[in-house]
Amino acid sequence: MTDATALDRPHDARFGDYVQLLKPRVMSLVVFTALVGLLVTPVPVHPFLGFAAILFIALGAGASGALNMWWDADIDAVMRRTSRRPVPQGRVGAQEALAVGLGLSGIAVVMLGLAANWTAAALLAFTIFFYAVVYSMWLKRSTPQNIVIGGAAGAFPPVIGWAAATGGTSLEAWLMFALIFLWTPPHFWALALYMREDYHRAGVPMLTVTHGRKATRAHILGYTAVLALFAVGAGFTGLGGPVYVAAAVVLNALFLLGAWRIWRRDEAAAQADHYAAEKRFFRFSLIYLFLHFGALLWDAVLARTGVL
Amino acid sequence: MALQRDHELHRRRLSMNLGVGLTLVALAALIFGITVVKIANGSLMEAYDHQPRVSELPVTEPTQ
Repeated sequence: MTDATALDRPHDARFGDYVQLLKPRVMSLVVFTALVGLLVTPVPVHPFLGFAAILFIALGAGASGALNMWWDADIDAVMRRTSRRPVPQGRVGAQEALAVGLGLSGIAVVMLGLAANWTAAALLAFTIFFYAVVYSMWLKRSTPQNIVIGGAAGAFPPVIGWAAATGGTSLEAWLMFALIFLWTPPHFWALALYMREDYHRAGVPMLTVTHGRKATRAHILGYTAVLALFAVGAGFTGLGGPVYVAAAVVLNALFLLGAWRIWRRDEAAAQADHYAAEKRFFRFSLIYLFLHFGALLWDAVLARTGVL
Repeated sequence: MALQRDHELHRRRLSMNLGVGLTLVALAALIFGITVVKIANGSLMEAYDHQPRVSELPVTEPTQ
């Protein structure tokens, strides 16, 4: 591109715009859960190889984010929450996002295979495929179950972390998977409740659009109850320890209370306080997941240092 | 439109060039580090995928 043609574009990409394509905030959750998955295994990992494995898992997650932004550019442009992303803003072309997504996917999978093992690499490749193709291209626009099934993509990182350390998977890894899988629907439905017209306008069949807000509130409570039972129950398997059990009991009681408050409210009450309970529930859901995985890590550290 | 030496366009390009350059240097350093650790940790490796092979381990005879 010459200087003259570059000036014709209203925006020209900075490096940070390409970083935005990788959804850095989502990536931070991926990094943490994958790191816990890698560290709670009974197998010691060389710190540098562990660091490299986490980096490539994060890069793979970022690549799937770029592919999602390429495919969903039309939806992102009409949703308030996503309209400032680089593709709808015109700072990065949709085809560029596709190229970045495909390129980084290849690099992340191959490098994870070389740094850790090919089981972890295969799981990462499947995760990218699941998020970009199964969720973004298929489920998101066709069913209100989109984030229920699509949540699996976000649940894979601790399994990949576990596989990077051990070369395979185990019950503990799949329990961590299930924890994130069950957490995803109430987390996103709370967001859908207070983003109000965003999904309507974009034509995305979220539960709020297809079944209404009352049904969504009931679904949040139902899924949170199942999640709470599972999360506390997991503490009594090989995965959990005393720190996890204590954290899970407190966190799930608070999470259930939040879901109960959302269920009891109607739209008039929610609008009156600008969806305060829904926003609080959404913010707490992030802390909830972080603390569950933090507790798992803490138990593993205590076990490794001989305290437990 | 005449371009000035310090046009905003050049700052954007500098940001892009620096970002890509530093990312490539970091990737090269990472691959070098992985190679050093792999070689230091595993003398019994086959070259094509840098994974240890049980078949390469010395055979130990069962003791009576």
